[in-house]
Amino acid sequence: MFKRSVFVAAYLALSAGAAHAEFSGGVIKIGVLTDLSGTYSDISGQGSVIATQMAVEDFGAAKKGMKVEIISADHQNKGDVASSIARQWYDRDGVDAIVDLVTSSTALAVNQVAKEKNKVALVSGAASSDLTGKDCTPNTIHWAYDTWMLANGTGSAIVKTGGKTWYFITADYAFGHALERDTTAAVEKAGGKVLGSVRHPFPSSDFSSFLLQAQASKAQIIGLANAGADTTNAIKQGAEFGITRGGQNFAGLLVFITDVHALGLNTAQGLIVTTSFYWDLNDQTRAWSKRFFEKHKRMPTMVQAGVYSSVLHYLKAVEKLKADQDGAKVIAQMKAMPTDDPLFGKGRVRQDGRKIHPAYLVEVKKPAESKAPWDYYKIRTTIPADQAFRPEKEGGCPLVK
Amino acid sequence: MANAAPTLAAPAGAADAKLHRIAFAVMAVAVALAPFAFYPVFLMKAMCFALFACAFNLLLGFGGLLSFGHAMFFGGAGYFCAHAAKVWGLTPELAILAGAGAAALVGSVTGLLAIRRQGIYFAMITLALAQMIYFFAVQAQWFTGGEDGIQGVPRGKLFGLVDLSHMPAMYSVVAVIFLGGFLLIYRIIHSPFGQVLKAIREHEPRAVSLGYDTDYYKLLAFVLSATLAGVAGATKALVFQLASLTDVHWTMSGEVVLIALLGGVGTVFGPVVGALIIVTMQDYFSQLGAGVTIAQGVVFVICVLAFRRGIVGELSRVLKRSL
Repeated sequence: MFKRSVFVAAYLALSAGAAHAEFSGGVIKIGVLTDLSGTYSDISGQGSVIATQMAVEDFGAAKKGMKVEIISADHQNKGDVASSIARQWYDRDGVDAIVDLVTSSTALAVNQVAKEKNKVALVSGAASSDLTGKDCTPNTIHWAYDTWMLANGTGSAIVKTGGKTWYFITADYAFGHALERDTTAAVEKAGGKVLGSVRHPFPSSDFSSFLLQAQASKAQIIGLANAGADTTNAIKQGAEFGITRGGQNFAGLLVFITDVHALGLNTAQGLIVTTSFYWDLNDQTRAWSKRFFEKHKRMPTMVQAGVYSSVLHYLKAVEKLKADQDGAKVIAQMKAMPTDDPLFGKGRVRQDGRKIHPAYLVEVKKPAESKAPWDYYKIRTTIPADQAFRPEKEGGCPLVK
Repeated sequence: MANAAPTLAAPAGAADAKLHRIAFAVMAVAVALAPFAFYPVFLMKAMCFALFACAFNLLLGFGGLLSFGHAMFFGGAGYFCAHAAKVWGLTPELAILAGAGAAALVGSVTGLLAIRRQGIYFAMITLALAQMIYFFAVQAQWFTGGEDGIQGVPRGKLFGLVDLSHMPAMYSVVAVIFLGGFLLIYRIIHSPFGQVLKAIREHEPRAVSLGYDTDYYKLLAFVLSATLAGVAGATKALVFQLASLTDVHWTMSGEVVLIALLGGVGTVFGPVVGALIIVTMQDYFSQLGAGVTIAQGVVFVICVLAFRRGIVGELSRVLKRSL
């Protein structure tokens, strides 16, 4: 039922000769399936579409005589909508790879469809580490970050930099529980101590009683095991209670740079976050992010950076294979080739579908320290690539022998 | 809301019955031919929603009871069916029956509590109970998979014979369930039971004075509606191989109200037309981002302002025939 896509960017080959007949339908078609209207449209959304376009440009598809088309759709953060669009794209519209997939329920749904149809799914937006654990498939790669990386990075790295005592404010549903559990494990393993935790209904708008309990616990670090509006509300109200001025620090377990931008430095200062990408890391990330900013008027999040990187690597693998029909083969090729791009540097993709790169523990700057717009983070530690993600054997992925 | 139901003239006469038969035949042929022109998964989704809306319409259009919690039957049955198929390894027909059975059970309990009140209170009680089911679904990860839902539900083999992973087989099953459910509802509406139900809708004290135990009739209508909504939800779970929070969320209860109003409350074919329009809009506009909800809102406003009886309701008024 899709009309020919609204957001079509067609990169025409100079010569559409028989040499390119190996691509299904003569064209490599990439579908950006994301949240274009809801809570997560800031961290992924239209920015992910732009990142995909930039990846196709930077790859030089037109010069290489490869025809690449991009389409996009809004899955409204609903698993069933995502699953039906994915089926339609793979079945009828000739889409070879679906990228982004923000929110875990949509990613897990498309993960299954991609396997069934033997196509490709490159997940950047979703967090669930199950995608490379019990639900891993030979057709999916999980790119930018995952819950294990966030929990472990934030948990152990903060303890190592001095935050020994913790108190959690946790969203009362499976995602929050999982974050709290994983972070607690990381904190205790690193020699820290969890003083207690409180659970709030999901979603919640009044955090005052939870914040007072956290304040009274005298813990150095208040871990926010929640996401989106819950996290920003807690931080905003925490600023009103003077929590950071009282010497306690918030650790956001799922905070993106766009959240910090929305909160403002005054409110967000002192917040500690784990991220796998920051625009101001080095010359390459700055140059790329500047181009991105010109198109989108916002700096890229780690999700959008992940989308760029994954599409670039996908196109390299397809170029090498000279074919895109067999999704599992393309993914196998992507796993065989080392990754290299300006945003995440050199890396690789593991057998379980996990993309490996370093992660960074960052602290949000005080307003006085920030010298330019979007100058928000100072890097506290770099977590090396081999420690940033869950060891391959612990995930329980059947592909790992 | 209860009196928004159009008061259609007299029980379907012989001419109306003939018209209904023709319309049903056209619909059945359309269902059979449509997969050659349109994407089958989309059609199956439309049929699931159409059956859901018909079940809802049975309660609102003919019982005069506006439930604002039908998502609990639709989504709850979806979870049950998905769990039965995936974890217990039941065949698809048994999984759907399990889902419908669960919906019937929940429907009986909810119905017993809710039918004691009318109008807005009835709507609020159903909403409150539906929210309880929703939060159960959020928390009970062992059963529902929490916010990830139950993914990768196997479609299995019908009666252990027909492999439903093939599109034509699945499509036929959904088509049979939809047309069968539709016929059942049609039969219910035009049975003596249905006549009593309409009498209660029009004037409950009068029905009581005639000696009818109205609570009994209302409860039975409620349970029937819940069960059929459950059948629709369970089928949808098999089609998409997924049961998720979307289907138990209160917005789903709202969506079915919208579908019924748009098509025509209290008409036989209205909910089917409404479902087709809403599902088509959701699919066509998914690339427009926020466009989906805005377009739905606009359609709803136009419907309320311009044709309050819904599309089929207005058509029926113009033709002076019940549809």
